[in-house]
Amino acid sequence: MKYAYYPGCSLECSSAAYDVSVRAVAELLGIELKELDDWNCCGATEYFSQDELTASSVIARNLALVEPDLNQLVAPCAACYLNLKKVDHLMGEHADLSAKINQALAAGGLRYQAGRVRVRHLLDVIHTDIGEQAIRDKVVRPLTGLRVAPYYGCQVVRPYNGFDDPEQPVKLDELFTWLGAEVVDYPVKTHCCGGHMTQISEPQAFELHRRLLQNAVEYEADMILCMCPMCQLNLDAYQNRVNGLFNTHFKMPIVFFTQMLGIAFGIEPKKLGFGKEIVAAEPVIRAKLAPATQPSA
Amino acid sequence: MAEKVGIYVCHCGSNIANMVDVEEVARWAGAHLKDVAVSRDYKFMCSSLGQQMIEDDIKNEGLTRVVVAACSPHLHEKTFRRACQNAGMNPYLFHMANIREHVSWVCEDKEAGTRKAKALVAAAAERVKRQQPLTPQTVQVNPTTLVVGGGIAGLQATLELADAGYKVVLVEREPSIGGHMAQFDKTFPTLDCSACILTPKMSEVGQHENVTMLTYSELEEVSGSVGNFKVKIRKRARYVDEDKCTGCGICTEKCPRKVVDDVFEAGMGNRKAIYSPFPQAVPRIPVIDVDACIWFERQKCRACEKLCPTDAIDFEQQDEIVELEVGNIILATGWKMFDCRKVSQYGYGRLPNVFTSLEFERLCNAAGPTGGKIVLRDGKTEPESVAIIHCVGSRDLNHNSYCSNTCCMAALKFGHLVLEKTNARVYSCYIDMRTNQKEYEEFYQRLLGEGMQFIRGKVAEVTDAARLPAEAGKLIVQLEDTLLGKQRRIPVDMVVLMGAQEPQADSREMGLKCGISCSMAGWYTERHPKLDPVATMTDGIFVAGVCQGPKDIPASVAQGAAAAARVQGMIAKGTVTIEPIVATIDEERCSGCRICNDLCPFNAIEFDEEREVSHVVTALCKGCGTCVAACPANVISGAHFNNDQIYAEIHGALWDALGDDGSAGQASPEPVESAT
Amino acid sequence: MINIAHDKRGLSFRDQVVADTPGGEQLAHCLQCGSCGGSCPNGADMDYTPRTLFALINAGQRDKVLSANTMWCCVSCYACTSRCPQNIPITDVMYALKRLSLRENMASGTDAPALARTFTGLLDKYGRSFEFGLASRYYLFNKPISMLKMGPLGLSMFTRGRMSLVPTKIRQLDQLQAIIKKARELGGAS
Repeated sequence: MKYAYYPGCSLECSSAAYDVSVRAVAELLGIELKELDDWNCCGATEYFSQDELTASSVIARNLALVEPDLNQLVAPCAACYLNLKKVDHLMGEHADLSAKINQALAAGGLRYQAGRVRVRHLLDVIHTDIGEQAIRDKVVRPLTGLRVAPYYGCQVVRPYNGFDDPEQPVKLDELFTWLGAEVVDYPVKTHCCGGHMTQISEPQAFELHRRLLQNAVEYEADMILCMCPMCQLNLDAYQNRVNGLFNTHFKMPIVFFTQMLGIAFGIEPKKLGFGKEIVAAEPVIRAKLAPATQPSA
Repeated sequence: MAEKVGIYVCHCGSNIANMVDVEEVARWAGAHLKDVAVSRDYKFMCSSLGQQMIEDDIKNEGLTRVVVAACSPHLHEKTFRRACQNAGMNPYLFHMANIREHVSWVCEDKEAGTRKAKALVAAAAERVKRQQPLTPQTVQVNPTTLVVGGGIAGLQATLELADAGYKVVLVEREPSIGGHMAQFDKTFPTLDCSACILTPKMSEVGQHENVTMLTYSELEEVSGSVGNFKVKIRKRARYVDEDKCTGCGICTEKCPRKVVDDVFEAGMGNRKAIYSPFPQAVPRIPVIDVDACIWFERQKCRACEKLCPTDAIDFEQQDEIVELEVGNIILATGWKMFDCRKVSQYGYGRLPNVFTSLEFERLCNAAGPTGGKIVLRDGKTEPESVAIIHCVGSRDLNHNSYCSNTCCMAALKFGHLVLEKTNARVYSCYIDMRTNQKEYEEFYQRLLGEGMQFIRGKVAEVTDAARLPAEAGKLIVQLEDTLLGKQRRIPVDMVVLMGAQEPQADSREMGLKCGISCSMAGWYTERHPKLDPVATMTDGIFVAGVCQGPKDIPASVAQGAAAAARVQGMIAKGTVTIEPIVATIDEERCSGCRICNDLCPFNAIEFDEEREVSHVVTALCKGCGTCVAACPANVISGAHFNNDQIYAEIHGALWDALGDDGSAGQASPEPVESAT
Repeated sequence: MINIAHDKRGLSFRDQVVADTPGGEQLAHCLQCGSCGGSCPNGADMDYTPRTLFALINAGQRDKVLSANTMWCCVSCYACTSRCPQNIPITDVMYALKRLSLRENMASGTDAPALARTFTGLLDKYGRSFEFGLASRYYLFNKPISMLKMGPLGLSMFTRGRMSLVPTKIRQLDQLQAIIKKARELGGAS
């Protein structure tokens, strides 16, 4: 199975662990990810605040760059996924906006027909296209004994809720039961991490982080699984600051779900970006999981 | 001899006149159309003066045909036909041109509108000359009525008809009549005990000499038409002989198999495999649930049979198909509750102490699973605080767009019950308070006085994820208190969801069986939303109660009574006039191909095996024209819509495409060889 | 005094907001139920909840709305949009209000516009976001003292290879910039 791949700016650097684990896992699962040539930043939640048409056109450039023989574009980053899907959707629903976007694209010699590319999140591809049996077959190091809190966040499940429920999504939970993990029924799994609020108003943002971390602790989760770079950055990189502000003692590893997927598949932690997280995850993995029995892939 | 056509162009006040030069149309019709003896315009043709004008002209001018150019025939065709008839002219020699809905209301240019009106008048004038006098058929009305649904609306209709001396067959799907009202504890605004006011009616129906009650039965098939329906009803096997059973209840008591009662107890309590839904059930004859019964599962037990003192258990019993003839049918099939799991942010099905309104009714009911005590799911803990959430699944484009009418009042009722039976605080979380019937606003005031707390805000979510120590172990209701403009989190022990009323899952299917349609939401379509709420577009089929749209008990009773009154009117009159606009097959020329037989949507075409020709049953024919169009030999004609008439109408409409002076007085097209 | 000033297009404030939001016509159907305000993770910190803002928009309270911090507290979690019983694209209305607010220079008391401007400035320049550039520029110009608190975090990110000191540029930058230029021309301020 071949897909066009849009890593997004965060995966290049601050969430490099996501990118390397995605690639490692994809290779093992036989998912061919062809990186979109010369893709540009999607503008996250910032460009739409400035100018709708420019923001949409900047995103549409990526859609237009998808090669003719590929019709699915996979994005692991929640914001990128949402933006790409949103522009495709807007162009399909609003003819006048679509015309203007194409006019802008034409200035760069490009064009995009709404609906040509199907934008998908990586979790969807893994859960739906690969499926339970294929995943179970690849597990060499079951995650038995590890309690994981699946944290979906916002932009993967809302507002485009075609592949999972916006309030009580289950796909990540299911994936991890296939891996043998103990999935914690984490009631705040779709509550917002605050996104860029961390840069704008720390007290507000840290309170949102605190709630998520607190809940994971109450439910005795060993780690929180993320599918969005912003969520991971917020909960991981600022955890010490949260502790400082609220006098809490959180020490909750925040990892990308693909990293743990890789562990279950027997891939070496180094190849999955472990060590990049601020709150160390490996000690927890070593403590909770049976050691790797096979030489890593 | 040439016909003498009278043409009347109505102003309809300014409704038509502002977009059509009506005087000009009348003048032009008189000057240019052939065989027009009289051509007038008038302010309001439907007025008694307008009608008098037609009658006078028929008598004095010897008119043989009449055309009125005015509003839609739906409104006044009957009016003008009657006027013609009063003057001694066959009413089917009248034709109406719609220059209001079809011209004035859709044109933006008066010149264009006038031109179009002329075309429609010319068309009507040509057509009407080719119309034939027709005589409506009358059929007898069978005085027996079928009522489908034994809830309060159906019961009311049944009693009124039965008390008037007419026979009623009442079909009910559940083992007992009573409907949802039997599940409730109290009814608003009087706080009457629901069962106490319902059971007398149930009793009366059960014992009434004019009522045949078929419970645990379903309507399977309907054929025929008003006054003469043939219905098939499936009497499902109870596995209990109704003639022998005394309702003593020993079978139920001794049955070893207990299952969750999903229907009457709303999943809050249990029942046995052989059961009667509730103590006051009518009839008091139990049924065996084959999915729960040990005998049907693995051929063991039969304790009920062994213990029955009158030998009434019959495991060999089969479903029975009952075929009946009735004159009218009243659908009173009620409603089901919205599946509150769909609003997953409220946690129903996931968080234990979130209840639906039906579940809460069962809690409050003294005969319910907790003996009337309001307690949490553990069966014993009394809540200290209760939040009632309005509009769950209603007024929400994500679920149902409509308002369910009853929930605000029911929420107030629940508030009262909480305050009466417990020491708990009770909150209503509402968007609007809809308390708009008699004594309803006063009930709201009563609850304000009793101390119920009202927060205006649609609840965003119900969660057990505590943020503060005070929230631990509670259900937190998070909403914006819109009157304060602030987000609030209210910790409570119990949440009650006021779920929407929804049509029964098979309402559309049932409607199709009877030949009536549903709205997009699934409620049965009444004949006119303002002026005819219990009749449908199919004569002889009436609707009553919630199946027509969300409503409460008084409104359901009123509709049940209204439907009964309509039926009584039909029975008293004894006959029904069938429109003579029907199809006729020229049996001399019919080849017996039978293509028309299956195409008829009303099953009105029969095949005579002996003579090998098809034949239209005029009482069933609705004149839709499907067979007329389909007949490959062109031997079926539709009365009042034959080819001759239609071609003439087209010819007339093209007045300005024919001849230099726009005269439609060109030679009419040769009549096409047709059946008439 | 209710101010229902009309803009250059002859539109009232509400009509402006609706025109600038794809699918904005649904705003007329707001029941004022408060689902949005109730769902918002930052709802408790806003001057006005989203619902209140819609009531203010309806009343033509342009100045109050465009100087409110509501939309700047919006982090695009879409919980409101998902739950709104009238299918109002609330998050997109928030974006429209951000744009209107910036155009009128009425955003105040929040660093969110500065963050947005810095981010998009870098995107326009390189075709990619540049986190180090974003952080340094944004903090330097808006909250220099906070920069000190960011120091340790920045260091730990850098040592783990999660931050580059050098921006990445896309190859066909001129193509992107041509698109951006054209879009700006076509968009035009209202």
